[in-house]
Amino acid sequence: MTILSEAPPQATKPAASGMMAMVRHTQYVLAENPVTAGSFALFVAFLIAAILGPSIVPYDPLASDTAAALQSPSARHWFGTDQLGRDIFSRVIVATRLDMTIAIASVVLVFILGGFAGIAAGFYGGWTDRIVGRISDTIMAFPLFVLAMGIVAALGNTVTNIIVATAIINFPLYARLARSEANIRREAGFVHAARLSGNSDWRILMFFILPNIMPLMMVQISLTMGYAILNAAGLSFIGLGVRPPTPEWGIMVAEGAAFIVSGEWWIALFPGVALMLAVFCFNLLGDGLRDIVDPQRRT
Amino acid sequence: MNAPLMIANAEPSPAILEVRDLTIEFATRRGTVRAIEHVNVSLAKGETLGIVGESGSGKSVTSYAVMRILDRAGRIAEGSIIYSGMDVVAASDSELRDLRGREMAMIFQNPRAALNPIRQVGRQIEDVLLEHVQTTRADAKQKAIAALEQVRIARPEERYHAYPFEMSGGMCQRVVIALALACRPQLLIADEPTTGLDVTTQKAVMDLVVELTRERAMSTILITHDLGLAAAYCDKIVVMEKGKVVETAFSKDIFRNPRHPYTRKLMRATPRPGAALRDLLPIESIGEAPTPTTPWPTAGDVLLQVEGLIKEYPRQDTAGLFSRVLGGRQEPAAPFRAVDNIGFEVRRGETVGLVGESGCGKSTTSMMVMRLLDPTAGKITFAGEDISTIPARNFATHPMRRRIQMVFQDPTESLNPRFTAARAIADPILRGENLGRDALRARCEELAGLVGLPVEFLDRLPHQLSGGQKARVGIARALALNPDLVILDEPTAALDVSVQAVVLNLLQDLKVRLGMSYLFVSHDLHVVRLLCDRVIVMRSGKIVEAGTSQQVLETPAADYTRQLIEAIPHPPV
Repeated sequence: MTILSEAPPQATKPAASGMMAMVRHTQYVLAENPVTAGSFALFVAFLIAAILGPSIVPYDPLASDTAAALQSPSARHWFGTDQLGRDIFSRVIVATRLDMTIAIASVVLVFILGGFAGIAAGFYGGWTDRIVGRISDTIMAFPLFVLAMGIVAALGNTVTNIIVATAIINFPLYARLARSEANIRREAGFVHAARLSGNSDWRILMFFILPNIMPLMMVQISLTMGYAILNAAGLSFIGLGVRPPTPEWGIMVAEGAAFIVSGEWWIALFPGVALMLAVFCFNLLGDGLRDIVDPQRRT
Repeated sequence: MNAPLMIANAEPSPAILEVRDLTIEFATRRGTVRAIEHVNVSLAKGETLGIVGESGSGKSVTSYAVMRILDRAGRIAEGSIIYSGMDVVAASDSELRDLRGREMAMIFQNPRAALNPIRQVGRQIEDVLLEHVQTTRADAKQKAIAALEQVRIARPEERYHAYPFEMSGGMCQRVVIALALACRPQLLIADEPTTGLDVTTQKAVMDLVVELTRERAMSTILITHDLGLAAAYCDKIVVMEKGKVVETAFSKDIFRNPRHPYTRKLMRATPRPGAALRDLLPIESIGEAPTPTTPWPTAGDVLLQVEGLIKEYPRQDTAGLFSRVLGGRQEPAAPFRAVDNIGFEVRRGETVGLVGESGCGKSTTSMMVMRLLDPTAGKITFAGEDISTIPARNFATHPMRRRIQMVFQDPTESLNPRFTAARAIADPILRGENLGRDALRARCEELAGLVGLPVEFLDRLPHQLSGGQKARVGIARALALNPDLVILDEPTAALDVSVQAVVLNLLQDLKVRLGMSYLFVSHDLHVVRLLCDRVIVMRSGKIVEAGTSQQVLETPAADYTRQLIEAIPHPPV
């Protein structure tokens, strides 16, 4: 309704304190939306675990102690111990770094590749669009997890290859989103105006179109982040990717699965819960991130 | 028509709608905002009421409240709305559902958005009829076709199967009217029903609305920003400003004897025959105008010369993929000519108006002159150099680029939502020269001063600026490189009349001061007359008439020009 959009804007502080405005805006978004605030807190906790994990855990995640094997959760071992007597709490915490690295690296990679291919496709159309579109279609033609398995199996069982595989299977999501959004803005008045100012196509893509599709990309990033963690854990679960005894949530769930029938539920449960929380946290984070990067939500 | 008028609601009136002391509040991030305050409106049976005001005056909110379709943040804080004895404020959801459509109906601003894009229009009319139990499945189709016929849609049996995208804007608005009137409501609310339509279409649509409502003795509320339109079609006019009703009067009186200063200001700002550019400004601010307008600068040598300009677009292949695969080779359809062999010139210091209705090719022409679009054939000579040979995709970095600039139609859409006003104005300068930070800022402030934008607004993002301020940013950006030619593409179409008056005056002053030439693209003949030395009238890609503004507007040679002039609403004087 016209009233709201035309209400005279309040006097704002000069943008010289742009960083401060951003911080204040972030505070506002978090205060307004408790779910976002909760997911941010969880994200910060995961970050701390990823950065400081190995130095704060009570036990060496790799040290086996057969005397203390398969103990249920207790004050000594919060999450219990596995079949080799390793402390599961320490292993879950230490695994955060590896899982986060895979997720973040693959998302950054796919954001750069898919995002730019998509923007170029949407902006130029024609052959660029056809090529990017067909690449996306080809990737989408495979069951994505099977494709990731194939890539890792073919390229070799390394962390880098897991990252590459995860990035490739997410490529179509980014390329298509960026393409459709760039396509809408291709004929926007401000893009024409940018041309009149003498901006080259490259500058228009980078400074006019990309920043305006960031809010949507942020949602996509946080969603695929959760998906990437799940994917990495899934690959490890079936024996591709990270190998034992490296602590990693997927492997730990796989190892623990065999013990659930005999009553030792804690071996698989705790890494599984960590995995679930991570995916959950990233999915909730999306909306909050969009609100933060969108200037129209700022006042 | 001549129903008794209740300006002061002293006694119980035979009014069909009675709004008393209505106050509506919106919950926003900055607290509660009062959209309208103590609004009193009464409407008699068979009467046509115009609610006139600029954006933010609360005219739409008032009408939405009557139908109880305010969005969730809005709340009726005080007052009552009585519709034929029924309290609308206290009505339950099921009562409201019965009320809407059957008793009251609404026509929206954008007809295309109001129709379901993937449903045949006839079916959409049937849906409404069936929903309100006005028909049975058996005869729904006949009734829908009859409804289409009533809104003067030719060949209604065929149009029944058409989708909204297959129809023109005026056609879609007719379908929306058919939808609104399908259940024979008693009250019709038309919210800016003709904004975005051409003048001739506007006239056809408004004539139709008035005729149909008169036939059925319906009451109508017309919400508009155009005082002239309201006065031409309404019995009574309510003028609103900032959520308050400032004046209620018969429309035949309001032009002769406006009582409230705001009404007078609105009337002054509306472009009309006989008024000069300066006459549009409020009396107080005329003295502040920087330069006298009377001596129009004499036109110098030819700056822009357009010869034999043609733009063709390939037609959509009508034969489907299927027949193409089967090898049914056929002649490709003749290309569509958006601009068909036109030629004109713009001299230094001159303003040339390019007038026509939507689809006449005026925007395509300006895009080609602007070198954002490559012509199919023809020559564009600018300052003695043939610029039509430089491909549009390379023109952005060409030295000629800075000499031709443009002010866009929609000030909001033409600003990057992520750039502050200062950054937007600086953008062309940054591409051209390497100024230091302070020099750049100084230049931005100078330009802001030139267009009358207070310096403190320079650090705001577009969504923090009002429409008029955004328009000023757009103008400052176009002027940043000291261009020789500025193309104005309906620069005031999205602005309120009072803001339009100020912006038009600003443009004229700037032209005189900086010695530029303007190519002014518009559909509004009154505005064109105010600003332009010469006018070119276009229709279906061809020039139908060209000459000095006075000549074209006062003694038009072409029938089409006469039609255009006649379609402008004439308030009763």
